[in-house]
Parts: sequence; C-alpha cells; structure tokens
Amino acid sequence: MEDQKVIYDNKTVKLFILATLVWGIVGVLVGIVIALQLRFPAFNFGLEFTTFGRVRPVHTNAIIFAFVGNAIFAGVYYSMQRLLKTRMFSDLLSKFHFWGWQLIIVLAAVTLLLGFTTSKEYAELEWPIDILIALVWVAFGVNMIGTTVIRRVQHIYAAIWWYIATFVGVAILHIVNSFELPISLFKSYSLYAGAQDAVVQWWYGHNAVAFFLTTPFLGLMYYYLPKAAERPIYSYKLSIIHFWSLIFLYMWAGPHHLLYQALPDWTQALGVTFSVMLIAPSWGGMINGLLTLRGAWDKVRDKAELKFLVVAVTAYGMSTFEGPMMSIKFVNQLTHFTDWTIAHVHIAGMAWNGGIVFGMLYWMVPKLFRTKLYSEKLANAHFWIATLGILIYAIPLYWSAITQWLMLREYTPEGFLAYPNFLETLTQILPMYTFRIIGGTMFLIGFFLMVFNLAKTMKAGSMVAQEEAYAPVLVELGARDPKKESMHRFLERRSVRFSVIAFIVLAIGGAVEIIPMTFVKSNVPTIEAVKPYTPLELAGRDLYVSEGCYNCHSQMVRPFRWETDRYGEYSKIGEFVYDHPFQWGSRRTGPDLARAGVIGGPMYKNAAWHYNHFMDPQKMNEQSIMPKYPWLAEKNIDLDIIPAKIRAMKKLGVPYPEGFDKIAVDDLKKQAAVIVADLKASGITADPGKQIIAMIAYMHKLGRDISTPAASDSANAPAKVVVESLPNTPADLTAGKEIFGKLCASCHGPEGKGLATFPNLTDDEWIHGNTPTDVVNTITNGYPVKGMLPFKNQLTEQQIKQVASFTLNGLKK
Amino acid sequence: MNIFYLLIGVSLFGALVFLVLFIWAVKDKQFDDDKTPPIRMLFDDEPAEEKENDTTEVK
Repeated sequence: MEDQKVIYDNKTVKLFILATLVWGIVGVLVGIVIALQLRFPAFNFGLEFTTFGRVRPVHTNAIIFAFVGNAIFAGVYYSMQRLLKTRMFSDLLSKFHFWGWQLIIVLAAVTLLLGFTTSKEYAELEWPIDILIALVWVAFGVNMIGTTVIRRVQHIYAAIWWYIATFVGVAILHIVNSFELPISLFKSYSLYAGAQDAVVQWWYGHNAVAFFLTTPFLGLMYYYLPKAAERPIYSYKLSIIHFWSLIFLYMWAGPHHLLYQALPDWTQALGVTFSVMLIAPSWGGMINGLLTLRGAWDKVRDKAELKFLVVAVTAYGMSTFEGPMMSIKFVNQLTHFTDWTIAHVHIAGMAWNGGIVFGMLYWMVPKLFRTKLYSEKLANAHFWIATLGILIYAIPLYWSAITQWLMLREYTPEGFLAYPNFLETLTQILPMYTFRIIGGTMFLIGFFLMVFNLAKTMKAGSMVAQEEAYAPVLVELGARDPKKESMHRFLERRSVRFSVIAFIVLAIGGAVEIIPMTFVKSNVPTIEAVKPYTPLELAGRDLYVSEGCYNCHSQMVRPFRWETDRYGEYSKIGEFVYDHPFQWGSRRTGPDLARAGVIGGPMYKNAAWHYNHFMDPQKMNEQSIMPKYPWLAEKNIDLDIIPAKIRAMKKLGVPYPEGFDKIAVDDLKKQAAVIVADLKASGITADPGKQIIAMIAYMHKLGRDISTPAASDSANAPAKVVVESLPNTPADLTAGKEIFGKLCASCHGPEGKGLATFPNLTDDEWIHGNTPTDVVNTITNGYPVKGMLPFKNQLTEQQIKQVASFTLNGLKK
Repeated sequence: MNIFYLLIGVSLFGALVFLVLFIWAVKDKQFDDDKTPPIRMLFDDEPAEEKENDTTEVK
C-alpha cells in the first residue's frame, strides 16, 4: 500500500521547549528568593508586592504550571505526532494553546504579586484567569483527542493513555475547585465554606500532584525512557494494570492533607486508606521504568539523559513510598505543618519532574535539531550538580522538621511546654534554611548549564519546522472480534470511548467524598455561638487572604495536648461555616492563629501589640522572620465594595439580616472607632479608615465565638495569692533571667525597658504594683485585655517567683 | 462510628469486585498481546531520508 506523507509540526514543540527553559529559570530563581526571605527577612524588600506571602504562590505556580506545564506540552506534542503518525489535529488550536498558556502565566505572575488571590493553594488565580485556563485546557484536550481520531496507527500506545487521563483529570479538578462567586473583576468568594471548601481544595491540591505532576510524567516516561534506552518498556501488561488502578485510586487520596483536622472521621479514613493503596500502582510505574533498563545499564554510564531519567524514576519510587507513609495519621502529626512536606515535594518536584524534563530535553533537542548534543560533559556536570543540590536542599529540611516537631511537643518535668515561645522552635531550624538556599542555587546553576548546552546544540543543528515523514493509511478494523481481540486491546483503538471511560473512573473518588460533604448536613454540625463576620472583620479577612498570610500561619488547632496547650481549644467543624474560602493553612512557619482572638488564651495579643507587630515584627521579636507590613497603616479599607461583599456572602448562605448591606459601612465605622479608641488608650494614634484596623478586628475575631468570656472584671478575677518574699539566690536569679529572655523579652524588651506600648519594668512606674504579691499575681493571671498574658499554664509557681524576683531585683535600673 | 461498619462492608465488597475483575481480565487474555506495541514505538521517529541509517537494535 502507498505510504501517505505526514508533516510533523516541530515549531510548536520548539516554542514549548523555549518556554520551558525560560519559565524554569524564573521559577527556580523565585524559589531562591523566597528561600532567602525565610532566612533573611530583609529580602522581602519592604514592598507589599515582594513579601513572602505573595511571592511564594508565584514560585509554586511558576514551577508547576509554567515550567512543568510547558515541558509536558513540549513532550506531548513531540511524542504524540510520532506515535500516531499524524500532524496535530489543528494548527490553530496548537497556536491558541501555546500563546494562551503563556498569557495565563504572565497574568498569574502579575495578579499574584498585586495580591489578587483566592488563597486556594495551586489554584490561587482569580476567576477571570480561571475561565481562561478552562478555555485553553479544553483547546489542548480537543487538539489531543482530535489527533488520536485522525491517527495512522491502529492502537494507541500507553504513553497517550496517560496524556488523556491528564486532560480529563485536570479538567474535572479545575472546574469543580473553581466554583466561586465574583464580586469584582479581581475578587471572588469560594462557593464552598469551611470544611467543604477544605475537602474540595485538597482533593484538587492532591490531584494537581496526580494529574499535573504524575500522570503526564508517566506518559513521558513511557515514551522517552524506552527511546533513550533503545529498549521496549519492560511490561506492557503492567502498564495496563497500573494505569487504571492509579487514576482510579488517586482521586480518593485528598483528605490526607487534612488529618486530625476539622473533618469527619470517615473522610479522613478514606483518604488514608486510598493513599496507602497508592503505593501499588505507583511502584508499578517505577518498576516498569527501572526494569526497562535491564541489559542497558551500560548506556546509563555514557548518557546524561539516561542518568536523569534513572534518578527521576528512583525519586518517583521514593516519593510514592514516602507519601503514603506521610498519610498514616501518626506519621502525619510530624510531617504536617513542618518542613517535612516541603522536603517531600521538592524531592518529587526537583528529581522526578525535573529529572524527566531534563532527560527528555537532552534527548529531544538534538533529535529535533538533527545534530549531536553540544557537550555530553556539560550535561553530566549538570546531572551531578543538580542531584547534589537536591540532597543538600532536602536532607536539612527533613532534619528541620524532626527538630521542630520534637521541640513543639517537648514538656518539662513539671508538665509545661518546654518551648512555649513558637519562635524558639523556628530560630533553631534557621541554619537548615541556609542549606536550602545553597541546594537551590546549585540546582539553578545546573539549569543554566543545560540552557547553555541546549542553546549551543540548537545553534549547531537546524530544525525542520515542518518535518516530512511517511506512514501507511489506517485501515479501520471495525467491530471487535471477541475471539481475536481482547476488550482492552479493542479499547486501545477507540480513543473517544477510552476517554469517556477514563472520565468515569476518575469521577468516582471525588464524587464519593465531595457530594456527601456538601449535601449531607450531619457532616457539618453547626455551633450556635459562631456568628458571621462583621463588615470590618470581613474586610480584615480579605486582607489576610490577599497578603497570603495562610502561606505561613495555619488556623487549625489539632487535638493534641501539645497543640491545645500552645494555642488553645482544638478546632471544630462548626467554627468554619461562614469561611469562604477556608484558611486552615498547610505549613506553620509562624504560629497557628486560630485562637488569636481568645481573650485570656495563650495566643491573645491586644490591639496595640498587633499594631506594632504589623508595623515592625522585628521590634517585637528580634529574631522574627515575618515581613513588615507598614502599608497596612497607610492604605485605606475599600469601603465601596463592602455592600457587595455582604450581599455575596448572603447569597452564599451567611445569615446577615435583611438590608444589612446598606448599613454595613456604618457598622464597620462603629467597630473601627472602638479599636481606634483601644489603641489610643495604649498611646497609639491611628486612622479608623486604614487597613490595619480591619486586620486587628479580624485577629480578634479568630476563635472568639467559641471561647468562654475571660475573667476581665474583678468579680470573676482569680483569687490573689499572697507572697511574702521572693527567692533571691544567684541560681534563682539566673533561672529567672533565662525565663525572662524566653517569655517576657518579646514585649518588655531584652533588658526590660519596654517596647512600643509595653511598659518599662526598670522605672518607678508600676501599673499593677511592685510588691512581691502584685508582681507574682500579674505574671500568674495576667491582664489579658490590656495585653499582659497569664503565664500560669506555662510556668510553675516556683518559676513565676523566680522571674518575678529577677524582674524586681535582677533588671538594671 | 457506626458508619465504619458500613464502610468496612463496602470496602470488602469493593475489594472483592476488583479481585474478580482482575482474575477475569487475566483469564480473558486482556493482557496478552504485550509485545508489538512497545516494540513498534521504538521504530518511528527517524526523519524519512535517514531511514536507512537507522541502527536501532532491539534484543
């Protein structure tokens, strides 16, 4: 039979490759910037656009969707045309796909830095961009499935099954997670609230890992690894089994991001079970990849691309073992909210995704440009510097996670937290953050070597933009003959049917978890005392979202003694029913804030403290790594949008009274005046229209509704203990000094001379008296409303006496 | 907590369904032609005019 001429579109492949290189460098560079910010807060540059809270999402989005995304498309467009022996379905769609995707990336970077965010991790982009993503993604899907329809080979090779699952999976996830109610062009509220929002978000979040960072990469592995090794994939049987089981199981695993949190037990149990089961299909992929190299290991010695692919598949095996282990509830106590998760994702991201991309590029670019790689030596140098960089990045972070976890749960023999000040556990791990910067920089240096190497290769060779090839026409086999063809084999030549079945398999897991959470009321028991946010609190909450505070602060106290002692009462589902979106967070670089508004609780700080802390955190805690937020005191609260926000919340089911939107601004002003008066009493003059007032209002709302009123009046005040004399030996004073440095210095200054509005302890003015009885009682029970914390739950009676003694006798007058 | 009894039952049933499906698939030779597709994909990417120089070796 006469062969038909096929013209492959290499131009689009080249464009995607160039975009991969450009965005890869940007993404890694931004990663190094935020690593520097965590070590040296000065790298926040004092600008609102460059704080960690805003830049971190730029890093994650740039790496996942810009670097990895473009690499996937380059790999898919190259391999699909050759596997199916046809040009891509539509040149117009290819063009729209490429330029649309780049536009999304640029819009994402700009809007995230401007503070337009939904705060849902890896889905931070606001609704207009969400719509654009959906359009471009559908264009990609139509282009891809269209290509399978016009193919010239009978059966669709395994790599393409994974590409199809990627398209279908991401489409489902993106659409379901992006249901939001727009208020303006740049602001929307999630349709889901609290625990429901959390379940949907982490179903999305985990499966962004599955269907953006795993399935397309398994597809690429199934094509580029056999190609580079010149060996067929080890087992085609295994690829069938592990394909269907992996895409089915992944969709159930999301709730493992929410263990011990405010979520029904059955959801958590499902998440854990399916996460553990995921080892099997994941390792199916790893085994299939590694065993493909049987008899070809000598090639690994010579070719850098194979080295990268081998390390990638090995890292995939390690990460997919580690992930299920981290999903076991007990282990999750340690790994969640600490740097363990950060190390885990970077092993997977840098070694698995990075490795496949690098291996693919070193193989594909010379092929595309019909020449040899410019320098095999340079590629090997890239391999070693990148691999070492990954280790230097990740190992210190595992160390950091264990260190911080052990410190957070350490108790003194007297039964108090050994490190009650969260900052101590952070300063302990800061040296590890230096290693992270070094590791990341090495990875970037390797990246530059590759860009140079590939640029030289491209220059030396020449690409044929419209490459000619010949392939016989496809003779349609028609209906299945049950004797000659198995069902799966038949399905492999029915791409549309294949896609529909993949959709059904993918939809089950999410449906089983999300539908009952959203529609069965008993899953979200409400709490009578929990009231909707006032307009001022809501404005503050939206600022909290916009500044990306959730990137460092959780709002989720897990039911462990070492968390409830540190933060307060554990979090309950019913607290979050008005939270569009939820703000539980995923990493505690700073302390949890769920109980920041519980007067008398360990996390409470008064308005003056918050004011000073927002303005300059390092003034309050010298070693704090939080960025300064002085613009909060300069920028006005946007009053024009308040009524629209109240109406939107009402539409989402928040029970504001009828017509409340009309009086909302007045209500806001009234509450702001109270806070301004409170600040005035502490000697701070503030403008009631500024954003900082709204932030303070929001801080004081957190956890307040479920707390019991504190003993603020004398009738409820705890009985005074009479103290005759204080221990005065040098040993006592030394012990007192140590406690003072740990607990008191953050407000009263290291020498007790007072900070901002916190009183000087070395002068003759004593607000609550300076007899031993007065001082001991002040330290024991505090004056929470004024900002003095009670320390009776952190210190023994003896320790309180020691620190009182130090205060009266040890401080230099 | 009662929901767990239902969950255990549903899980066991689900597991059984998958086991039966798997045994059926193997017996029905769903996985049998596992040679041609992986080998065929190795041969298709050389530019047309360089076809003769293709020395790809498959053992």
